[in-house]
Amino acid sequence: MSQTAVQEQDSRFLQHHFTEMEQQVDASKIGMWLFLVTEILLFGGLFVGFALMQARHHEAFIAAHHHLDRGLGVLNTVVLLISSWTMVMAVHSSQKGDRRKLILFLALTLVCAGIFLGVKYFEYSHKFHEGLLPGKYYSHKGDAVPGQFMFFSFYFMMTGLHGLHIVAGMIAIAWLLVRAVRGDFSAAYNTPVDITGLYWHLVDLIWIYLFPLLYLIG
Amino acid sequence: MADAITVSSHTGGAGGHLSYLKDGKGWKSWAFTVDHKRIGVMYLWSILAAFFLGGVFAMLVRLELLTPKQTIMSAEYYNRAFTLHGAIMTFLFIIPSIPAALGNFVLPLMLGAKDVAFPRLNLLSYWIYVLGALFAVAAMVTGGVDTGWTFYTPYSTTTASAVTTMTLAAFILGFSSIFTGVNFIATVHTLRAPGLTWYKMPLFVWGMYATAVIQILATPVLGITLLLVIFERVFSVGIFDARLGGDPVLFQHFFWFYSHPAVYIMILPGMAIISEIIPVFSKKTIFGYKAIAWSSVAIAFISFLVWGHHMFVSGQSRLAGAIFSFLTFLVAIPSAIKVFNWLTTMYKGSIELRAPMLYAVMFLMLFGIGGLTGLFLGTLATDVHLHDTYFVVAHFHYVMMGSTTIAFLGGLHYWWPKIFGRMYNEKLAAWGAALTFIGFNATFLPQFLLGSRGMPRRYYNYLDQFQPLHAFSTFGSWILGLGLTVAAISLLAALRKKPDAPPNPWGGKTLEWQTSSPPITHNFETQPVVTHGPYDFRVGSAR
Repeated sequence: MSQTAVQEQDSRFLQHHFTEMEQQVDASKIGMWLFLVTEILLFGGLFVGFALMQARHHEAFIAAHHHLDRGLGVLNTVVLLISSWTMVMAVHSSQKGDRRKLILFLALTLVCAGIFLGVKYFEYSHKFHEGLLPGKYYSHKGDAVPGQFMFFSFYFMMTGLHGLHIVAGMIAIAWLLVRAVRGDFSAAYNTPVDITGLYWHLVDLIWIYLFPLLYLIG
Repeated sequence: MADAITVSSHTGGAGGHLSYLKDGKGWKSWAFTVDHKRIGVMYLWSILAAFFLGGVFAMLVRLELLTPKQTIMSAEYYNRAFTLHGAIMTFLFIIPSIPAALGNFVLPLMLGAKDVAFPRLNLLSYWIYVLGALFAVAAMVTGGVDTGWTFYTPYSTTTASAVTTMTLAAFILGFSSIFTGVNFIATVHTLRAPGLTWYKMPLFVWGMYATAVIQILATPVLGITLLLVIFERVFSVGIFDARLGGDPVLFQHFFWFYSHPAVYIMILPGMAIISEIIPVFSKKTIFGYKAIAWSSVAIAFISFLVWGHHMFVSGQSRLAGAIFSFLTFLVAIPSAIKVFNWLTTMYKGSIELRAPMLYAVMFLMLFGIGGLTGLFLGTLATDVHLHDTYFVVAHFHYVMMGSTTIAFLGGLHYWWPKIFGRMYNEKLAAWGAALTFIGFNATFLPQFLLGSRGMPRRYYNYLDQFQPLHAFSTFGSWILGLGLTVAAISLLAALRKKPDAPPNPWGGKTLEWQTSSPPITHNFETQPVVTHGPYDFRVGSAR
């Protein structure tokens, strides 16, 4: 699509300090990619800590991970993968200027995220009930291998931080939905959908690593 | 066309536009502004307040050390005083000082842009800074912190002091730093004026860019580390606790993975300012532009590979120690490249020793001492002797205070007329600089001697034989305090005058001097177009 078309159609979203839309889009994308780098490093600290502690307490981690429900882990992985696909379709629809499909796919993404959190809630409450809690709150009885509390420290920190990112993503997607219904997005202006998509894929990607690390180490 | 930069108008308000200081009245026009200049000014006053507070704690610490045993405070209060001094100076003053205050103001101007790429994110960054500062104050009044600014485990996870609040403050402040970094990188990539190619950018911008890279790559790791400390305190998760099967040294790895690069978050902006001041006051093109530009990037890169030199005596393997030692020496190369290029720029230049240049020359000397003593500490064998002594304290104060803060003061004097549109009293400013220099050296040179003779850092009490040097250092701190007060008076007194600064008082060639002082809200009357390099003093000397 030509630049002039871009400029003409949606100058209402062009901020005053940019001279043209292309510049603004570039800036937004650079900004989001940089933010994603910080996210990877934020989780990176936890991954490194997990790797070191798992190497140190191998047996305890293996024993502890059997308390997790693999079926639910698989279910959540599938749900998030589907949500990644619906997000891609949302971005695609917004670039085509198809408002109806954009709304549909954003809503589907939101539903998937909701299912993920629902399953997570179910898993968490089960763990709470069994006393599989982090650190000093760990009270599970009858462990054959001692020291399993540390696995659950990591389990709750990592899935908790990831869950917060899901919630943040849901807020962003809900806001996109409002704007899509309002008719803000078009083939000429869809950067917010695009960069929220980038964020959402990263959140999915982190789960793709979390799932085998926590559920499949045995 | 003789002029380096083509701008249609550079006299304030010529086109009927108001200066950014007058465009909008009332506290709301400041609190909700998205103008990078106003945000820069708000940051400036905030970090200066933090500098004052951190300085008060520094003076109290020095006063306590005037005599062995108790002088003015108990050991408990002493621990809190030096911790607060370190934490405030690091997280609330030095890290945001040059990028968030001066950089915010100057960087878009230097690029010929109207604003940073994300103005609202910029404002958010400021308010997050304020929130972080409030948490730091809350930590002070709810019991203080006595761990040292490094929050080393296991002490930080077991002490009863307000570590959770303080680490939360540092965690929050990290976001403010990240947002500034994201903003600067996106701005440099997308908002350069027509004709402003990468190699025509002022070196200040290169320095800010390299700093932003570190802010983005290192700060998140500190964030998660501090969260882990908080979790350790609240849940006893075990990761840093040896009793629970964790590893306290892991905390040191995590902490220094951020905090060593953070040292370069502090020094690179200082170097960036010096790269501006020296050519302007030598009226000579910078020597080795590309070498200075890329050495900033090289320093940013190497900064991520040297964290282990803080842990030579923490039980890491000898091989790791040797590798970290070797990598540490590598940092000296780009740093030396910069110093040699600055000196060569001055060589045969027509040097004007105005206040900013005085600070720049002081920087060269103090950074020389600070940098070279770093090599003593990067050497495995000598570090075993000098580790955790006053030698380390003196070394990093020569770099943090003697270099970064001195460069910040130089930059503050350099851009003060641009920011506020008023010239300060040159004589008073020179006295301030001189007293600061004398006071600084009187305070910290004796500490090298103290350290090499075995005086450990952070100790409340000491052997009688160390008293003369400690007393000398304390007297020096009074001269230093006096010097900074004089400098402050010279700058603040200028604000009471009528605006009198010309657009370009120093004859600079970079774009910020091609608009009015203070600039209009949109920075330039018309979009500037760049045709020459930033330090091209051969042409257009009329300005």
